[in-house]
Amino acid sequence: MKLAILGAGDVGRSVADLAGEYGHDVVALADSSHAAVDPDGIAVESALERKVGGEAVGTADPEDVFDTDYDVLVEATPTTLGDAEPGFSHVQRALEADRHAVLANKGPVAERYEELRALEAESAGSIRFEATVGGAIPILSTIEDSTPEAVTAVRGVLNGTANFILTRMAAEGLDYEHVLAEAQDLGVAEADPTFDVDGTDAALKFVILANVLSDGGFSLEDATVEGIQNIPGSALDLAAEDGRTIRLIGEATRDGVRVGPRLVPENGALAVTGTRNIVQIETRHAGSLHTSGRGAGGPETATAVLSDVGRLPPL
Amino acid sequence: MGNVPASGDEDDPDAETDGGVRAYTVRLELVDEPGELLSALAPIADNGGNLLSIHHERGNITPRGHIPVEVDMECPPDRFDGIVEALRDAGINVIQAGEEHYGEEISVVLIGHLVETDLSNTLSRIEDEADAIVQDLSLTSPEGTDGVASARARLAINSGRSTEALETIRAIGTDKELTVVEPLLAGDAA
Repeated sequence: MKLAILGAGDVGRSVADLAGEYGHDVVALADSSHAAVDPDGIAVESALERKVGGEAVGTADPEDVFDTDYDVLVEATPTTLGDAEPGFSHVQRALEADRHAVLANKGPVAERYEELRALEAESAGSIRFEATVGGAIPILSTIEDSTPEAVTAVRGVLNGTANFILTRMAAEGLDYEHVLAEAQDLGVAEADPTFDVDGTDAALKFVILANVLSDGGFSLEDATVEGIQNIPGSALDLAAEDGRTIRLIGEATRDGVRVGPRLVPENGALAVTGTRNIVQIETRHAGSLHTSGRGAGGPETATAVLSDVGRLPPL
Repeated sequence: MGNVPASGDEDDPDAETDGGVRAYTVRLELVDEPGELLSALAPIADNGGNLLSIHHERGNITPRGHIPVEVDMECPPDRFDGIVEALRDAGINVIQAGEEHYGEEISVVLIGHLVETDLSNTLSRIEDEADAIVQDLSLTSPEGTDGVASARARLAINSGRSTEALETIRAIGTDKELTVVEPLLAGDAA
């Protein structure tokens, strides 16, 4: 397949880097101001070197990406809330041109799911978005294999930053601010960690899961969301006295989406440590399935994008 | 070999243990003889139960002349029936047998200005409005009584009422501007 990649952050760059290994060609790679475009395949290595070195990724205009001959548009621009632009329009243009779109950007799938599905119904192309939920972990494909109708609930940990902070607080008996600063030093938390610690990032993922279970109907404003900012170290100590710990747990069912700090058994399956993610998929006929792994990171998330590309039908 | 359990393995091979644990209360009647309590507790531990507390009311005799004992324990939900069965096999009289009679126990952690917002009123409201019994309470207040404190309460709740009770506790928390950390109930499968 010929890939046109929008977004040259960690994920977009890693998709470009790994595409060859998966047998695909990169015909375009664009950030918000420049693009490298070549219908015969761009020179990925030099484009990545330019981007990482602070130069323009290429000499073309990002608009030129849409005029080149591609099979799959990879939408890896930063997640935006509300109208989910410009990601939504990027996907819309691909579908209207009868091309496939694979998203790593959560915004359009969380906020405008029904519109995406309507556009897909009119298009020869299809959309896939494994990378939006749990990075490298095959969650949506597991649900797809079980059929969404047979899945009753998905719950678990889908934000590595919050999980890292809670793990460190419990292990060291430290307070939230202290551990957050440490996480920022380690690069685990961003300079502005708001969406990770207030539950928004996890909520977007569980909204996407609820949309998949119900075939739409949910957006971020339908979710009940609570963060971990108010959890003191002493609360984790009290939980530990009882063989429990606190994790930022999300739940998606057909009735709704809820994300908040919850008590879970200290040695239970959902109490993963560090930045690791896990989900429990509750099914009608097969009990619960647990799947765990790295929920973020450039190469990790890129593997989910490229798995999706591999599952697309030929155009 | 596959999943065939070794002979002599007392664990129920069909029990699933990755769904977390849940707390239960079991009421037993013991004959007033030495060693009777120990033989009543062994089947619980042998079958994957974790004892939380034992109320052994020695002075209290049932009409049949037995001693009532209330055992709080936790175990994976799939192991509970096996524990009750093992108790009966050991000749222990389990008084409350029907599943609807088993009480549920849950823990919640409350965070905020617990002292300023009148902790004892908070607990009475939980007992009255959520129809729960506060079985034990652990409080830490590292910043002193006027700072942010945390409390863990273990609550006994009527069977099948945990979800409603937690909704009520959440509302009380909102009302008093407290953060309520609820348990993720195991075996929530709907």
